[in-house]
Amino acid sequence: MSVPILETRALHKNFGALQVACEINFRLEKGARHALIGPNGAGKTSFVNLLTGVLRPSAGRVLLDGEDITRLAQAERARRGIARTFQINELFRGLTVLENVCLAVGERSGACNNLWRPAGAAAGRPVIDEALGLLEALRIREDALKRVSELPYGRQRLVEIAIALGQRPRVLLLDEPAAGVPSAESHIILEVIERLPKDIAVLIIEHDMDVVFRFARRITVLVAGAILTEGTPQDIAADQQVREVYLGTPAHD
Amino acid sequence: MAANEHAPGSDVAAGFILRRHHWHPAEALPWLIALAAFFVFPGYLALGTQILIWILFALSLDLVLGYAGIVTLGHAAFFGTGAYAAGLLSAKLGWSEPLTGLAFAAACAALVGCVSGWILLRYRGLTLLMLTLATTIMLYELGNARADITGGFDGLTGIAMKPLLGAFEYDLYGRTNYLYALAVLFVLFLAARRIVYSPFGQAIIGVRENVRRMSAVGSPVHRRLVTIYTVSAAIAGVAGGLHAQANAFVTLGALSFERSATVLIILILGGTGRLYGAFIGAVVFLLLEDHLAKLSPAFWEFGVGLVLVLTVLFARRGLLGLIEDGGRAAARLWR
Repeated sequence: MSVPILETRALHKNFGALQVACEINFRLEKGARHALIGPNGAGKTSFVNLLTGVLRPSAGRVLLDGEDITRLAQAERARRGIARTFQINELFRGLTVLENVCLAVGERSGACNNLWRPAGAAAGRPVIDEALGLLEALRIREDALKRVSELPYGRQRLVEIAIALGQRPRVLLLDEPAAGVPSAESHIILEVIERLPKDIAVLIIEHDMDVVFRFARRITVLVAGAILTEGTPQDIAADQQVREVYLGTPAHD
Repeated sequence: MAANEHAPGSDVAAGFILRRHHWHPAEALPWLIALAAFFVFPGYLALGTQILIWILFALSLDLVLGYAGIVTLGHAAFFGTGAYAAGLLSAKLGWSEPLTGLAFAAACAALVGCVSGWILLRYRGLTLLMLTLATTIMLYELGNARADITGGFDGLTGIAMKPLLGAFEYDLYGRTNYLYALAVLFVLFLAARRIVYSPFGQAIIGVRENVRRMSAVGSPVHRRLVTIYTVSAAIAGVAGGLHAQANAFVTLGALSFERSATVLIILILGGTGRLYGAFIGAVVFLLLEDHLAKLSPAFWEFGVGLVLVLTVLFARRGLLGLIEDGGRAAARLWR
């Protein structure tokens, strides 16, 4: 087996008596389309926080492309190529859509270390053009100059993804990307997710089984902080245990 | 998803950022007024110099409070450090060249800002507010304990100034002082303006808007905050240095809680996060103080409190925000 782009080994996290991650051995392959599912409170978002460095594990290791990043802070992991979106929008609400994405691009490219040259000078043009290119790809280009706080929620979800892509990630963690979006608009988000560049490994955390089965080529089921099982969508759909704890009891069949 | 450089409309959207740092004609106004005041009110140049110094101090606070969102009640620490640095350099060490005095004030204040910021800026909100306050109180008490050096409550005397650039004597009417303070303010304003419109400036605005997201996109948030805090401290230090040189006198008031609170009031009154709020806030506050405080100190303090409450409740963007709104409404009527 090749080296996975992101891997956890015996990852463990507890807050006092509450265990949110228990012996998690997880592999995300390069270019993967992987879904993480599980009932409410299974520890999915905590797992994302452990991967991104928001939380420090009680035990175990996190490896990015074979390199141990367990001790690295969140920002350092982000600079090494782990990007995430948030279940509830974490945007720069008072700024325009373009400025939102420029911040991500500028921090990644190092442009933001410059405190003397105007952001709009000729040398700043690549940052702006890259951000506009992302807005174009996500079809929110016409909103570039609108404040994020003025956008409908569905479009804000796309800005979430645009910011993450501005980091040029190797690994993209999507925490319920369609959460809070009216079902009539959720297909826009799904289309964007399906068109993500092939070289980015994507882990999606999702409740909506339609989304999961349409998108994922591999599924991991998390229950009470531990991996219950993992497999292809067919395996998971056929798994009796999964049906009981997550998809519903057999009585409904 | 390569950047599409020649997409239609590219220049319209990009133009917003490309032109944002360009000068607006209205930006000449404060400088023209300041120069006009020099000729029109020759009898008020001492007050004018005080106003310019307060503008510079409030401008430095705007960088941390208005742009980076760092709420502080301890900015007098840097003003006071600068004031004593410039004052002691002349009074105790006999070095009385004004510009190097300011540079020394800036360096000392920057050092205090960098060290205290490095420690304090890991915290936010109320914790940070209390820590900035505590830092200033500690410095104040240090100044009080070493009254043999600082002069304590009696003040530091014996500050002398050599002619500015070796040519301009400091005259009795404060003409040189006024133009000196104005020139220093102008140069540091240009620097602050450049920083604010730089990519770094955008990053600290990002920290203000959403610190969690900035960390998530890989921004070294702590380093960004310490950097702007240090720059701000240096500018506040220059304001303090000017204060010491212009008055030839420094008291512990330079380090006091009242000074931290006053600069905060001035900035909030004028408007935060837009550079020019410092100008309007300082001018309005000090002119009103000069007139009203003489009539009735009690009425003045009550009035300041009332105006501040009204500003915070009904004009969140300060007096500058009101002026901007008024200007826009007038422009609409005109059309």
